[in-house]
Amino acid sequence: MEHAKSGPGSWPEMADVVPVPQDDGPSPVVPIAYRDDFREVMDYFRALYLAGERSPRALRLTAEAIEVNPGNYTVWHFRRLILEALDYDLLQEMNFVEKIAECNPKNYQIWHHKRWLAEKLGPDVANKEHEFTMKILALDAKNYHAWSHRQWVLQTLGGWESELQYCNQLLEEDIFNNSAWNQRYLVITRSPLLGGLMAMRDSEVHYTIEAILANPQNESPWRYLRGLYKGENNLLVADERISDVCLKVLKNDWSCVFALSLLLDLLRSGLQPSDELKATLEPIRNSNPEMADADLATAVCCTLQKCDPLRVNYWSWYKTTLSSQIS
Amino acid sequence: MAELAADQHVRYIVTVEKKKDSFESLVMEHIRLNGAYWGLTTLDLLHKLHAVDAAEVVDWIMSCYHPESGGFGGNVGHDPHVLYTLSAVQVLCLFDRLDVLDIDKVADYVAGLQNEDGSFSGDIWGEVDTRFSYIALCTLSLLHRLHKINMQKAVDFVVSCKNLDGGFGAMPGGESHAGQIFCCVGALAITGSLHHIDRDLLGWWLCERQCKDGGLNGRPEKLADVCYSWWVLSSLIMIDRVHWIDKEKLAKFILNCQDKENGGISDRPDNAVDIYHTYFGVAGLSLMEYPGVKPMDPAYALPLDVVNRIFLRK
Repeated sequence: MEHAKSGPGSWPEMADVVPVPQDDGPSPVVPIAYRDDFREVMDYFRALYLAGERSPRALRLTAEAIEVNPGNYTVWHFRRLILEALDYDLLQEMNFVEKIAECNPKNYQIWHHKRWLAEKLGPDVANKEHEFTMKILALDAKNYHAWSHRQWVLQTLGGWESELQYCNQLLEEDIFNNSAWNQRYLVITRSPLLGGLMAMRDSEVHYTIEAILANPQNESPWRYLRGLYKGENNLLVADERISDVCLKVLKNDWSCVFALSLLLDLLRSGLQPSDELKATLEPIRNSNPEMADADLATAVCCTLQKCDPLRVNYWSWYKTTLSSQIS
Repeated sequence: MAELAADQHVRYIVTVEKKKDSFESLVMEHIRLNGAYWGLTTLDLLHKLHAVDAAEVVDWIMSCYHPESGGFGGNVGHDPHVLYTLSAVQVLCLFDRLDVLDIDKVADYVAGLQNEDGSFSGDIWGEVDTRFSYIALCTLSLLHRLHKINMQKAVDFVVSCKNLDGGFGAMPGGESHAGQIFCCVGALAITGSLHHIDRDLLGWWLCERQCKDGGLNGRPEKLADVCYSWWVLSSLIMIDRVHWIDKEKLAKFILNCQDKENGGISDRPDNAVDIYHTYFGVAGLSLMEYPGVKPMDPAYALPLDVVNRIFLRK
């Protein structure tokens, strides 16, 4: 077998090591048949691991074991102990883990190893870390591990300078990217350079409305818009731009669920509908004679029951909250 | 509607023979305790737990135990981690064999991983994630040892991960994700702290996860996947909003992901089956009261009769 030739069994420095086979116990619940090359590496790994040997050959062996299975957390644990014992160059280790991460971008152990290294290396590596997550996110812009790492680096080591710009760029590439919207919220609420939500609200409302008008079927900016007024419903209702964007969208498509749903929330929170809004919703009323006498919120809710049949029970429940409010 | 191929799934789990060179055989090795939990819980949900030898399973579980630390590794000879400690405790619960544990030792291991801010690390290396908050709280609760930690701080950390959409992420500021939401809602349910959740807001986000094909996704604009049947449904049940989704369509989606001939369930129709999705598919059907499947507890992720045995006996 080709793999076996280069396996640890053939390494000169391993000549004195006796491999230790895996004990799976009797008739296992989840029996596992191991591939031969995998078995060889792990048998040698077990030998050095059990001996607690923190040496260059053990380090080389962990690299081999990580290559056959980067998810094996015990191998990573042992590798960190060896790195500490050998006082190894952590920048070089960073290069090693980045190569592995590029091939396995959704592996918890790899990202944790990276974080462990970054924490030891400190703020100097913040921007290098950001470059790396950018590289991974260029391949999959929703990779949860990469986003978690990026947020951790920002909040622990810094490097906020161009983060809003990065969000702009990602949203320009894909306005439906919910991860980028989430990151945007983190930036405007937590970046030490931007002054926080209150300072950013006005320009963000503007940005979000533009995004909604470009793609009204995009769930993320509708939620983001509410988030900008989180806990301040009165201000949400008072900002005319909010009811206005609902109106604009509904003029083009009176069955847009997100627009109807935000409008419904506004009405329930006390929005006094303008004549223009009433006129826009007239076709909705006319489409259903039994709604002729209903108040505007109830009519909107009835429409949502029809437009969004998968969630008909949600809208039915919503309607009960309206009638109870009126009574 | 297609029917649940229960017998085939049982056969798949009991006799699952991994082919040499298969990707799964390599990546499963270090998480074998999780695999045991997924397989055995599924068997129990299908009333077939007796198909395995309880004594053998318990022996193997205990061979993954680290008496020095009090934690369990994912397999024999692997380092301890809370991910496998919970699976070990859950499997022992299935067999009603918590008596084999040094309960205080295991509880001390888990409690020892709580950080100053209330969060939990997964092991001595310090990775922090709301998954570990759930795991720690669930483990300690099953062992009747919640008093060993600072519950208020544990709850506060989970609440600090709440987002504008009512959902939760892995860390403060992390994007809402159905898997993390399960962990956070479960953690709050176990500690009696569900009042921190805006149920209507979160319920709406969760029911927005149902796609046109009837399946559930984990985040906006992602494809449906059988595993979210569990993460989303269990969360909706815990906040009492499960009636907001179309259960019939979801059940159909799960049943369409079965390999009806050889057993097993896949992530979406026509993909390869695996033990993980088999568990989540059957567990999802259980939460929808599918006939012939035992009811499951949405917070502890164990059959309801098992959970009742633990808490009502005490």
